[in-house]
Amino acid sequence: MTPALIKYRLLKLRAHLDMPLLVIVCILMVAGLMTVYSATYTSGGTRLNNQAVSMILAFMVMVAAAQVSPQNLMRFAVPLYLLSLVLLIGVALFGVVVNGSRRWISFGFTRIQPSEVMKIAMPMMLAWYFHKSEEAINAKSFAIATFILLIPIALILKQPDLGTSLLIGAAGFFVIFFAGLPWKAMIALAASAGAAFPFIWERMHDYQRRRIMTLLDPTSDPLGAGYHIIQSTIAIGSGGTFGKGWLNGTQSHLKFIPERHTDFIFAVFSEEWGLVGSAFLIFLFFCLSVRGLMIAANAPSLFSRLLAASISMILFTYAFVNMGMVSGILPVVGVPLPFISYGGTALVTLMLGVGILMSIHTHRVLIKK
Amino acid sequence: MNNFQDTQDEGERFRHRLLMAIFVMIFFFCLLFANLFRLQVLRTDYYSTLAEGNRISLIPILPNRGTIMDRNGVVLARNYSAFTLEITPSQIDNLEQTIDRLAEVVHIEHKDRRRFNRLLQESRNFETIPIRTQLTDEEVARFSARRFLFPGVDIKARLFRQYPEGTLAAHAIGFISRINEADEKWIKQVDKESNYKGTEHIGKVGVEQRYEFELHGITGYEQLEVDAYGQAVQLLARTSPTPGNNLRLTLDAGLQKVAEDSFAGRRGSLVALNPQSGAILALVASPSFNPNLFVDGIRFDDWDELNNNPNKPMLNRAIYSAYPPGSTFKPLMAMAALTQGKRRPEQTINDPGYFNFGNNVFMDDKVGGHGVVDMMRSIVVSCNTYYYTLAADLGIDGISRFMGSVGLGSEVGIDINGESKGILPSQEWKRERFRRPEQQKWYAGETISIGIGQGYNAYTPLQMAHAYANIINYGRVYRPHLVEAIINPNTGEVRKIESEPVRQVPLDANHVNFIKRAMARVNKEGTAARSFIDAPYESGGKTGTAQVYSLRGQKYDADRVPEELRDHAWFIAFAPVEEPQIVVAVLVENSGFGSQFAAPIARRVFDYYLLGKQYDKPIEVVKAVEQPGENVRVTAPRGAEILEGDTP
Repeated sequence: MTPALIKYRLLKLRAHLDMPLLVIVCILMVAGLMTVYSATYTSGGTRLNNQAVSMILAFMVMVAAAQVSPQNLMRFAVPLYLLSLVLLIGVALFGVVVNGSRRWISFGFTRIQPSEVMKIAMPMMLAWYFHKSEEAINAKSFAIATFILLIPIALILKQPDLGTSLLIGAAGFFVIFFAGLPWKAMIALAASAGAAFPFIWERMHDYQRRRIMTLLDPTSDPLGAGYHIIQSTIAIGSGGTFGKGWLNGTQSHLKFIPERHTDFIFAVFSEEWGLVGSAFLIFLFFCLSVRGLMIAANAPSLFSRLLAASISMILFTYAFVNMGMVSGILPVVGVPLPFISYGGTALVTLMLGVGILMSIHTHRVLIKK
Repeated sequence: MNNFQDTQDEGERFRHRLLMAIFVMIFFFCLLFANLFRLQVLRTDYYSTLAEGNRISLIPILPNRGTIMDRNGVVLARNYSAFTLEITPSQIDNLEQTIDRLAEVVHIEHKDRRRFNRLLQESRNFETIPIRTQLTDEEVARFSARRFLFPGVDIKARLFRQYPEGTLAAHAIGFISRINEADEKWIKQVDKESNYKGTEHIGKVGVEQRYEFELHGITGYEQLEVDAYGQAVQLLARTSPTPGNNLRLTLDAGLQKVAEDSFAGRRGSLVALNPQSGAILALVASPSFNPNLFVDGIRFDDWDELNNNPNKPMLNRAIYSAYPPGSTFKPLMAMAALTQGKRRPEQTINDPGYFNFGNNVFMDDKVGGHGVVDMMRSIVVSCNTYYYTLAADLGIDGISRFMGSVGLGSEVGIDINGESKGILPSQEWKRERFRRPEQQKWYAGETISIGIGQGYNAYTPLQMAHAYANIINYGRVYRPHLVEAIINPNTGEVRKIESEPVRQVPLDANHVNFIKRAMARVNKEGTAARSFIDAPYESGGKTGTAQVYSLRGQKYDADRVPEELRDHAWFIAFAPVEEPQIVVAVLVENSGFGSQFAAPIARRVFDYYLLGKQYDKPIEVVKAVEQPGENVRVTAPRGAEILEGDTP
């Protein structure tokens, strides 16, 4: 390859990247690296390196995803959904039990968590479905969409994994919502959900109920389920307006915050950077989602519109649910903080989503031409 | 067109919903921000405190407990360092099994286990409990090598309390023992909790108890930064403990020993005090106990033995047990009569050997009576009839008023706990003491036997010594006390305990001098003369016999009954007669006449205190002869038999 060709290729790659999204995601990942370092350096280990490697990998996934046009992406929707579904059934039948939940399926050389794949597969599938039936979206199509949504959710609930099923449910719901689900139906849905609550409560596992009870009163179980929330609120509260400074958080360095490099990393961040840092982080997530919704607004096809809007709202949901649970206004569900929490799988999935957003945005011009 | 219209509408609706989504996001992010604002701005102080509490652990450093010494510097309580094997029960699942395994490494007896179990029941949470104390060097080495096999078991070097003189003055010094639930409640009540973090012992009896807060010192702290697993990360600050103050007692260990030895194990008590300051020179409650047994939690069999001993070694007879004063009451009666103007010394009565009052006849000891008796003679020969008439003239009100003024019937205020008030009879006392109306009334006949120290009244040896000291001291009342000075071990600063008079009883010096002269004659030619033959100093005294009226409160034990029925012997004395330096009250339970056994004890105490003289042989009890004025119960069985081992 000649240098000119390489330059051309790189320019072509870059052409599909969205600068605002890229900048926001980069800032978030830098903040993530710094916080992971702060949360783990006292225990030694290789987590910082691992996370850096994951970030590079995820970044490449994003760049790659951005190159794939929405039309091509649409072709993956059904197979990916069906594959995930098959894997979920496989989990239910032959899954590996870890920590009391059957979430993983083993292929000998590696284990995967199909529910993770479903996080992307679900909005794609629903967006594809509405796109296909664009001409006549009616009550029946909403019913079918709901059915498509509920099958995997039921399987994931069975694992049991309440957090993931809620998030996938949210992802699907966003697609259905943006597809124009009538308000009446939504109200009816909310009402029936309210009515079903006692029944669901009845069927919940003890630890799930306990998490909800703990949210209402963390001090009821200070050494058990409430410990996480108590310690993370202490960390956040003691951070004050300006925080204790990077690497100076006592709650995190003395290991009082559990899961401090994964789900509870926001407590570490907030302790060290204070309200100012947290507000900045919230602002970044807000910008990220708003940018995504702007892309959705300008997207040319129904598939890309729905997918972009859904992905944007998922990013918001993850961020809000995580920060909400760590600061004590939501029950503890296993949701990492996007781009900040340690963990390669979630990072790759998220960057895939960002890549899809970029693709939708940058392929728009080509279609118009 | 239609289709286009639809698409237009659809696009409009989609954008509308996007806008809504943005508002929803704004709403939820604001909610999040509001919550963070609450945590990080409004309540940040609260959470900062909690975070500091998480981070900082205060490890108490125990102060050295103050030592206790006698007036001449003889150490009575001190600390020494030794190794103990301690178990933290909260870290061990199966205690029994762990102790079984430990027993293979160090010597553990059955009684060690019993003590451990008792301490376990009384213990506070999270503390360590000793299974063995005073490990030998070899045991320390053996356990240390196997330390890893016993998580939750540790060897600790600790300071232990030791009472080097053993049983000497145990009732006065008291002892410390492990803090139990009641102590803990009390510590909380007096708001000393923070100073007792880590403290495991507390004074339980005597000076150790009353001066607990002087002796304890101020607990120091190490401020450690700890992580969530309780591992120390770094030392942040250290506050050194302040050792407890040392106490110098008024007791004279040498005198105390002479006095205790004189009892030779008999039940009884002795109080010797300096009338010019209230300083207690000796405080004997015999038999005594070994306070060292209690320090680490008393072993079960030791406790059993102390508790079931019929001689009740744990009973502080000197301040708690009240006995009828018998004839030792007579000089007090005479003083009352002089003070209240009911008698002049030269006034005489004719004693025919009995006294008629109403339908009752009160007998004198001496058949046929003492003849013509004035006040001086009434004390020297201990004439009952004289005091029958005196009691009748003074009346119960007059008697109780005077006796109350010299300190009988109320706590004297000694600086250890457990004092009893005794019984000072009065009309009011009887009204409160009895339920039935006919019993509540005071009968004039009851006053008569009070006159010779029998009847309802009963006083502790401490009260009697105190009352005599007050009179001999011309009415100046000093509070009897055991601690002379509190000494700061760091600065050497000495805080003297007050020796100022607390009040003044209005007494006429001439009357006091008369009583002193009369009591001096008792020791020269009267009932106690034999005990003071050849004494190179002049002393005054008065013998007395307290009748044992009933066996109430005593265990029935056929072999002991005869002895239990014997009278208690009293002797109260002071010396020298001019400028008295010591007043002593002696009581020997169930030993008969005061002159027989109690007076020789006083002689030895005086000889030691005034002359430094000590005796090697035990007291020889002289064969009792009928002595006048000691008892109204002429026909009652007498303590004429001599106690085992008393005869030479």
